[in-house]
Amino acid sequence: MTKSYSFYPGCALHASAREYDVSTLLVCRALGIEITELAKWTCCGASSAHSFDTWLGLALPALDLQEAEKAGRPLVIACAKCYSQLKMASHEMQNRETLDNVNHLTGGVLKNTTEVVHLLQVLNLDSPDFTGTVKRPLKDLKVACYYGCLLVRPKDVAGFDDLEDPQIMDDIVRKLGAESVDWGLKTECCGASLMVTNRDVVMNLSHRLLRQAKQKGADCVAVACPLCHSNLDCYQKDIEKVYHDGSSLPVLYITQLMGLALGFTPKEMLMDRHLTDPLPLLRSKGLA
Amino acid sequence: MAVGEFEPKIAGFLCNWCSYAGADLAGTSRMSYPPNIRIIRVPCSGRVDPLFVVKTFQQGADGVLVAGCHLGDCHYNEGNFYSRRRFALLAPFLDYLGIQKERFRLEWVSASEGRKFSDVVTSFTNDLKKLGPRNVLSSGGRG
Amino acid sequence: MARIGVFVCHCGTNIAGVVSIPAVLEAAKKMPGVVVAADDKYSCSDPGQSHIRAVIEQNKLNRVVIGSCSPRMHEFTFRKVMVKAGLNPYFLEVANIREQVSWVHSNDKEKATAKAIDHVRIAVAKVARDEALFPKKVPLTKRALVIGGGITGMQAALDIANAGHPVTLVERESSIGGHMAQLDKTFPTLDCSACILTPKMVEIVQHPNITLLTYSEVRQVSGFVGNFDVEIVKKARKVDAKKCTGCGICWLKCPEKVSAEFNEGLGERKAIYVPFPQAVPLVPKVDLENCLYIKYQNYVEGKSEGKRPMQCRICEKLCPVQALAWDQQDEIVKEKFGAIVVATGYKTFDPSVCGEYGGGKLPDVISGLQLERMFNSSGPTGGEVLRPSDGAHPKTVVLVSCVGSRDEQRGRPYCSKICCMYTAKQTILLKEHDPEVQCYVFYIDIRTGGKDYEEFARRAQEEYGALYLRGRVSRIYEDGKQLVVLGEDSLMGRPVEIRADMVVLATGVEANEGAAELAQTMKLSHDVYDFLTEAHPKLKPVETQTDGILVAGACVGPKDIPECVAQGGAAAAKVSALFSQEMLTSDPMVASVDNARCIGCLLCVQVCPYKAIDTQVLRNGRTVALVNESLCRACGLCPAVCRPKAVNLRGFTNQQLLAEVNALWQ
Repeated sequence: MTKSYSFYPGCALHASAREYDVSTLLVCRALGIEITELAKWTCCGASSAHSFDTWLGLALPALDLQEAEKAGRPLVIACAKCYSQLKMASHEMQNRETLDNVNHLTGGVLKNTTEVVHLLQVLNLDSPDFTGTVKRPLKDLKVACYYGCLLVRPKDVAGFDDLEDPQIMDDIVRKLGAESVDWGLKTECCGASLMVTNRDVVMNLSHRLLRQAKQKGADCVAVACPLCHSNLDCYQKDIEKVYHDGSSLPVLYITQLMGLALGFTPKEMLMDRHLTDPLPLLRSKGLA
Repeated sequence: MAVGEFEPKIAGFLCNWCSYAGADLAGTSRMSYPPNIRIIRVPCSGRVDPLFVVKTFQQGADGVLVAGCHLGDCHYNEGNFYSRRRFALLAPFLDYLGIQKERFRLEWVSASEGRKFSDVVTSFTNDLKKLGPRNVLSSGGRG
Repeated sequence: MARIGVFVCHCGTNIAGVVSIPAVLEAAKKMPGVVVAADDKYSCSDPGQSHIRAVIEQNKLNRVVIGSCSPRMHEFTFRKVMVKAGLNPYFLEVANIREQVSWVHSNDKEKATAKAIDHVRIAVAKVARDEALFPKKVPLTKRALVIGGGITGMQAALDIANAGHPVTLVERESSIGGHMAQLDKTFPTLDCSACILTPKMVEIVQHPNITLLTYSEVRQVSGFVGNFDVEIVKKARKVDAKKCTGCGICWLKCPEKVSAEFNEGLGERKAIYVPFPQAVPLVPKVDLENCLYIKYQNYVEGKSEGKRPMQCRICEKLCPVQALAWDQQDEIVKEKFGAIVVATGYKTFDPSVCGEYGGGKLPDVISGLQLERMFNSSGPTGGEVLRPSDGAHPKTVVLVSCVGSRDEQRGRPYCSKICCMYTAKQTILLKEHDPEVQCYVFYIDIRTGGKDYEEFARRAQEEYGALYLRGRVSRIYEDGKQLVVLGEDSLMGRPVEIRADMVVLATGVEANEGAAELAQTMKLSHDVYDFLTEAHPKLKPVETQTDGILVAGACVGPKDIPECVAQGGAAAAKVSALFSQEMLTSDPMVASVDNARCIGCLLCVQVCPYKAIDTQVLRNGRTVALVNESLCRACGLCPAVCRPKAVNLRGFTNQQLLAEVNALWQ
């Protein structure tokens, strides 16, 4: 059964994480999930708005939620931070007073009725058996699924998976025919936007993740967040210069892996856009 | 308080183990509430025959409160489950008798909830004040 | 003809400061049946009581209303006054004009006085319909049941037995000893646990007044104080305890190995086994899940499929006294007891739900109880502390407190009380086992309330060099052969990263398996965590709402050994006091049936929570309800459902309650 959603891409998916955007759209189409980008959307506020002004942190997501409410469909979000911002705002605005105040600020008429879900929930739950649609099983590929700190937290807001050992992405990976690596740092922080202000912290945290994934035998890391991706992928060479751990580890969006398994080419999945080149790995596994 | 303001008459059937003790605790803690309620002690909310409630209305009550232990905490294990069902069924009959169902309340107040008892009586009294005096039931004899 | 006297108590200024006493007296005198109304400064005091007696005698009163504090406070006191004045104590009603009047309506004296008058009028209406009631004497079975053979239950059983009363001690496992038998040393004295426990275990089996039923469970409890009927299931061990000498050849030679529960999953035991070498009784049991011969039998009977198991029976062949009893079946023991002590203890929190600590998947992250087994010389490692992954001696050990305690997210907001102390003890023992060990302890607060406890915890830090870090651990993961522990030092305000060889989780205390079901069986209440509820948290710590059933030890909440022993003793003292009477006095305020009115619909039988209503056939052939007065707890459910109003509750009859309703307002 086709289910239709509104789609909020967020700024990253239209810029640095275009491959996440493209692969999401292609995979959803292939699985018969109808997603339509919101006609008009604005910044979610990301990591800065709410830390400067609580109300700004609520008002920006409120504008997007109002757009979604107009469209009348549940809202699916791919970026972990955008998801967190909108979901959190929607949660906070369950309080009538908060909602009224936000509407007063935005001049809007938000009723806060839209269901906000993350892309992973849609991919997993609405197509419980896509094993049949897998054309090219990702045999012999060991994937460390990295959820990051925001995706499944906090419990009362996101709450769709275990906080410390989530499984939703691992389930998808296993259904693709690949092996999901059991590792201990699935929900540890990558350093996020501190890359701009405190580079050493990010180097340390991201290095810890890459090292652990490699130690546990992963061939690559699967992510569902543009910022996690950029920290782990783009700065891998810089990290290597500091820590000398050897061998690079490709970092792919979960949707890119899905696309690959569903029969799209690495090129269609824009895999050539990554700084840590995944193509040698894919060739060695006979996937490219 | 304005002179001549309507003062509802309220009767409360309180179970000995939880709600009566809760009302005592409200006293020990000096949590005041409106003096409109008169209290009858019963061993368990399950002891309260619906007949008592109807008789109480006949006697001129503007509101009747039955209070017992929280579900699962009944001193007799299951008495309050009976009262919950029984009084869910009583409400439509009260309506039939011309007594608004808001005039009857079933509440769970534990022995440690003096504050809750005081709140329940306060809000019930205020609600009854808004409802105004009850139409007089024609008394069908005493018995 | 009712001659009612009304007495109004000033309670100093508690009542008189708000309620106009003269107005109440004036109104009372006009109430139907009232002969006299008098007041007292303090009715409950000696002069007050004498005055009440004098007025009763002068005026030939036969019923009394006292307007005073709550009847929950002094009803009993005033009943005794009635008896002294030569009246039936149940011709008394107490009108609550303090807790429910003067103390809550002090801001409106006029209305408070009106309410006090109404409360007195209600009581006068009721007292006129009071009946004389007479308590009965019922016989008492002077035999106690103790459920749970841990240190608490053992102490209770020994104390009751030493007071000269027979005791049956029921234990679910095949040996008594409980959690204390698993421990190596105890805080804060570092006494060897076995050295202080095993003599008590032996005393239990040798005591002439104690019947020990191990590998047994209580299945059903009915009855009431003095006369409980209890059904106990004695499970089949498949070993004849009378023949067995405990020589050990069977468990030595049994070929089937299973993970050992007593050792918390470290090491193995056999399919016929005693949980630990000092077990009492020293009689093995056959593990029905894993014994090859039992599996074979199930296969032959078609209860299982697959490969045909071996028909082993090695134990039977080697047993020198032919004690194996394959046809032994579960046995049901039915017995009467006068009192029951529930001491079912606790279990520890299962840390495998904590993904941040490895979710049970990291072999070198162990629980405190597992470390305890390693310390023990009869434990799985023979007393050596070894990493489960590779058997190496750990040099850096991180201990994490509050695992499954003070954690709202995991539904365990309470403090488990014992973990701070056992963690401190374990840092000391780790250092004593291997002086090269460095311990780190992550804690929220160090809670050491108890005699010599704080000094002990300080010694762990100052003499044994354990480094205490205030903060929680956010993640434990493997890095090569080591574990990386990420946490926070909240005093320094910094993240901490420790590379450790082993991590010990101080798992918290939880209600035991089956605690809620047992509570249900015995009609006891329990809290949301399934800990049993005591009658009063301060003043009745071992009593329950049910007379004759006592609770003790960790089944009520987390407790350490000294507290458990004290509670076991306290429960025993209560049992002994009960058993010091020859007969029990029953409360006469129970339900009764008017045979002439009863139509035999027996709705009352259905609603009675205590199965206290039977039926009887009258001489004219009609079946009517019959209340068993000793089972009735006087809840009043039966009169409320009785259609012909044949069942009544003495003390709260329909007539009394309707009289109160009719007297509500002037």
